[in-house]
Amino acid sequence: MIAASHALQRPRDARVLVIDARGAIRHAPRAEWIDQLRAGDLVVANDAATLPASLHGTHLASGAPIEVRLAARASLAAEELSFSAVVFGAGDWRTRTEERPLPPPLAPGERLALGPLAATVCGELGHPRLVALRFEGDAGAVWAGIARHGRPIQYAYMSEPLALWDVWTPIAALPVAFEAPSAGFALDWRALARLRSRSIGFASITLAAGISSTGDAALDARLPLAEPYCVPAGTATSIRDAKARGGRIIAVGTTVVRALEHSGGRAGSGLADQRVDATTDLCVVDAILTGTHEPHESHYQLLRAFADEALLAAASQALETAGYRTHEFGDSMLVFKTPRAALSNCARPERHKAWAQALTGFLRGAASRSCSASA
Amino acid sequence: MNDLKVAITGGTSGLGLALVREFRRRGARVAFVARTASAVAEVARSQQAHGIVGDVARKEDIHPVALQISAALGGLDVLVNNASSLGPVPLALLADTECEDFAQALETNLLGPFRLTKALLGALAASARQGRGAVVLNVSSDAAINAYAQWGAYGASKAALRHMGAVWDEELRGEAVRFLCLDPGDMDTALHARAIPDADPATLKRPEVAARELADAVVHALATAHA
Repeated sequence: MIAASHALQRPRDARVLVIDARGAIRHAPRAEWIDQLRAGDLVVANDAATLPASLHGTHLASGAPIEVRLAARASLAAEELSFSAVVFGAGDWRTRTEERPLPPPLAPGERLALGPLAATVCGELGHPRLVALRFEGDAGAVWAGIARHGRPIQYAYMSEPLALWDVWTPIAALPVAFEAPSAGFALDWRALARLRSRSIGFASITLAAGISSTGDAALDARLPLAEPYCVPAGTATSIRDAKARGGRIIAVGTTVVRALEHSGGRAGSGLADQRVDATTDLCVVDAILTGTHEPHESHYQLLRAFADEALLAAASQALETAGYRTHEFGDSMLVFKTPRAALSNCARPERHKAWAQALTGFLRGAASRSCSASA
Repeated sequence: MNDLKVAITGGTSGLGLALVREFRRRGARVAFVARTASAVAEVARSQQAHGIVGDVARKEDIHPVALQISAALGGLDVLVNNASSLGPVPLALLADTECEDFAQALETNLLGPFRLTKALLGALAASARQGRGAVVLNVSSDAAINAYAQWGAYGASKAALRHMGAVWDEELRGEAVRFLCLDPGDMDTALHARAIPDADPATLKRPEVAARELADAVVHALATAHA
């Protein structure tokens, strides 16, 4: 496919490749994705706004220039100032991440000066590029510092530096995503009005979409990192009502699939730490509107929960042949779940939920422990 | 109003400060924006509100400001576009108005509210979807309706703001995001003193009275947002 190198969220010639529930593949202008839906269906999008999560600065112990890319956080709360971060040595986004130098060794307790922000390294997280860090100061000053000094995370295939407005979807609300939930670029207010006029529901969840690529194979294999999310009560009700009337749930983006399958579609907060792949029984979501993903990406693994390998291979071939554009400003795919012959495991949501809560608590505890140890 | 999340621009003086006080008095959580760091810190401390340093007339400030508002409040129910620029000071006939002064009035009174509202519309619509309602209050003036000599830059920008809000209200009814445009009247504020230095303060409305009226209107609009 062709890398979409311009920060245009809704190019007029954007396309969507549709895979229907019977496995048929067809092409359409992207604006027509709504025509694939029926009255009674429910579209669910991620309304996270994107943080300017790339912070340039200095490792004070060595004086070396570094770039910190905030990558994950244990909760959506503004008071949570501990982050996992991917750290690069000198250079910026114009160099491919694969070719970026390692940062100097980052020891617990060492301090980073990031523009107006000061952060303390809490520890390495199993890889020289991945660290836990904690910002110093009160939450208001930290968010002001991130808002002023940070830049959106971006990659070498882009032609120009991204501004914050380039990476906020039209529905962007709570600023918690580390990279844009870019499937939502396809949504604009006209699309939401069209959904309404066709009696198709619209609801949102908030999930702190994490970093999508680090350029390091070992680290990329650990992606996506655990991502905190919130399913509002109104959204849970909309999902229940849509299911009750036989409507389908259409997730806008992989992050929505992750949040809805982790929560079972119920209201509340959680930490989505599961992998969604060929072995996953989708219990809530029936279809996904997403970018055009290539077989080596973790997002592609998620698509295997919707369609089998042969069908996805045929879709990949069709994307390639038709010259679709890829990456966050690229074209889209709308994939309906192929019904499976085997019995589903979806009937035991309560147990699943209890597990998730236990794990969330553990991870929160771990995050605060690792930071207080070095403070 | 205990859980209401309100953002106010121009919150360190005049009507804006009175609105910060009024919404705080009613128990709302308030974030406000103003240009001068020391004044922001002082109001934030005295009103226990979240102060944000920024200039709504600067395009580059809008998203950092919107980010801080949503982060500090955990969402947004009410946006008050209050920060205003007179244009030329002292006031001038249109024919004597420098283009740069006219542009400044448009940046502050029209483009700033457009950009900030657009950047925060996702948060406002999310609030509306959750049944909390959402209201944008654009602070207007009778100069938006009547043609007063020497009020050309201000009046034209406020007239455009009024019309923009009316169109937005029409377009976003389905999202249950309501737009109000209210004229608080001639108030005893620093802005008014810059415009008419020799006005008798006794003839002017107290900003806290206007703030109470505007807050009442916001509460009413929130209650009827889904009607």
